Amino acid sequence: MSVSAPGSFDLDRPWRLDSQVSIRPERFGALAYHFGTRRLSFLKSRKLLAVVEGLAEHPSGREACRRAGVTEAELPAYTRALERLAASGMVIERGDP
Amino acid sequence: MSATAATGRSLVEQFESGLDAPICLTWELTYACNLACVHCLSSSGRRDPRELTTQECRRVVDELQRMQVFYVNVGGGEPTVRRDFWELLDYATAHDVGVKFSTNGSRITPARARALAANDYVDVQISLDGASAEVNDAVRGPGSHATAIRAMEQLASAGMENFKLSVVVTRHNVTQLDDLEAIASRYGAQLRLTRLRPSGRGADVWDELHPTAAQQRRLYDWLMERGETVLTGDSFFHLGGYGDALPGLNLCGAGRVVCLIDPVGDVYACPFAIHDAFLAGNVRDPGGFARVWRESELFTELRSPQTGGACASCGLYDACRGGCMAAKFFTGLPLDGPDPECVLGHGEALLAEAGRAGRIPAPATDHSRRTPPRRALTPRAPTPRTPTPRPCDESPVASLKVIG
Repeated sequence: MSVSAPGSFDLDRPWRLDSQVSIRPERFGALAYHFGTRRLSFLKSRKLLAVVEGLAEHPSGREACRRAGVTEAELPAYTRALERLAASGMVIERGDP
Repeated sequence: MSATAATGRSLVEQFESGLDAPICLTWELTYACNLACVHCLSSSGRRDPRELTTQECRRVVDELQRMQVFYVNVGGGEPTVRRDFWELLDYATAHDVGVKFSTNGSRITPARARALAANDYVDVQISLDGASAEVNDAVRGPGSHATAIRAMEQLASAGMENFKLSVVVTRHNVTQLDDLEAIASRYGAQLRLTRLRPSGRGADVWDELHPTAAQQRRLYDWLMERGETVLTGDSFFHLGGYGDALPGLNLCGAGRVVCLIDPVGDVYACPFAIHDAFLAGNVRDPGGFARVWRESELFTELRSPQTGGACASCGLYDACRGGCMAAKFFTGLPLDGPDPECVLGHGEALLAEAGRAGRIPAPATDHSRRTPPRRALTPRAPTPRTPTPRPCDESPVASLKVIG
C-alpha cells in the first residue's frame, strides 16, 4: 500500500475527509474545522462541499469531482483546492481501495 | 472556481453579513474567580446567584451541537472554580462541541492534566501576563506567575501538546515577547498574544497599561516576523495599517462570526463588551440561543453594511476597518471613528480632547470583589492582594485558511 507523500495530491487516488473534521454548510459553501490541528478552512462553493463529501464514496478524487458536477474546465481549480485541503490534513488518502 | 465569481462577494463581505451560526463563541461560565486581575474584561470576582445551572448549561450545549458550532472558548471568571466544570467539559466534547478554556492554572492537578491530554476535543489556554513574576504579578496578583508555570509543567508532563500560553500585551510585557515565546516553547505550548482592551476593569488601567505607539509598531513587526506561529485571536487587526495584513481574517467578528454568552445566559455581540449596548438577548428566552443569533435586532444591524464614518476617507480604512468596536466604546470614542490605538494617531488625538471622561460609558455589571485590590501596575512596585481571571477572547478566524 503506497500513500502519497504529505502535501502532495494525486487526483487519481482515493481520498476521504479526516475523521476529526467537522463540516458545516453555509450559504456560500461550507466551513470545515479540524479538531486535531484546530484549523478552520473555508470552502468557497457548494460544489466543493459536494466534492469533499463525496470523496469517501468514490474510487478517486477525480471521480468525486465528476460526480459532483465539476467540469473539465473547472477541474484544475478543484484539484488545487483539494491539494490545499490535503496539505492542511483536512482530507487524507485512503488505503488501497 | 470561486464563490466570489458566483456571488460577486468577497470572503470578508460574506463573513460581514453573518453566518448561520457562530464559528465559535465565548462562553463565560462564571463570574467567580480566585484571582482579581486588574484588567479583567468581565470585572469578575463574585459568583452571580443567577448563574446558569448545570442543566441549563447542558441545554445550551445541545443547542450549539444542533447549530454545529465547532467549539466554545470557555472563560470567566475562572471557569474551573465551578464545581460542574469538568462535567460540563466532558458533556460538551461528547456532543461534538470542542472546548478551549482559559484558566489561571490553579486547578490543574496532575490527574486533570492527564484527562485533558487524553481528550482531543479540548484545548487549554494558560494565562500569563509577564515572562517574569514581577511583571505578571503586578497585573494578575501575587503568586499567579508561579501558579501558571506549575500548571504548564503539569500539562507538559501529562503529554498535553500544543496547549496555549495566552498573554495580554501590556506596556510592561511587550518588551518580553521573546522570553514569553521561550517559556511557551519550553512546555511545548504555543504563544498566543491578545490585545489589552479597555473593557471591564480594563477600563481603569488601560491608560496606564496599553502599549505606547512606538511599542505597537514593534509589536506589529514582531508579529509579522512570526507569521502563523504566534496566535493572536485576530486581536491586532487595528495595526494592519502599518503594512501588510497580519494573519487572520482581520475584521470585527462581533455578531457576525462570534459572540459571547455570559454566566447568567445573556448574549452579547462582542466577547469584549459585556454592556447593555451590546446585549442581544438571553439563552433563557423562548427560542434560546439560536433565536438570538439569528433574529436579534442588534445582530441584524451589525451584519448590515457599515459606513466608515470619520475613517471612510482614510487610505488605510481597508486595512484596519476602523479597528475594534469595544476599544472605541469603552474609551468614549464614536463607534464609526478611529480606534483609540489608530496607527495614524487619530485615536490619540480624540482621546486627548477635553470632555472625553463624560462620554465613557459606566460599567453595566461589576462582579469585582467588594474589597478591591488596589495594585501598583508598574512592576517592582509593591504589589497587593487578591489574584484573578482571564480574558477570554478569541475570534477563531485567526487560523482561517481560504480554500478554493
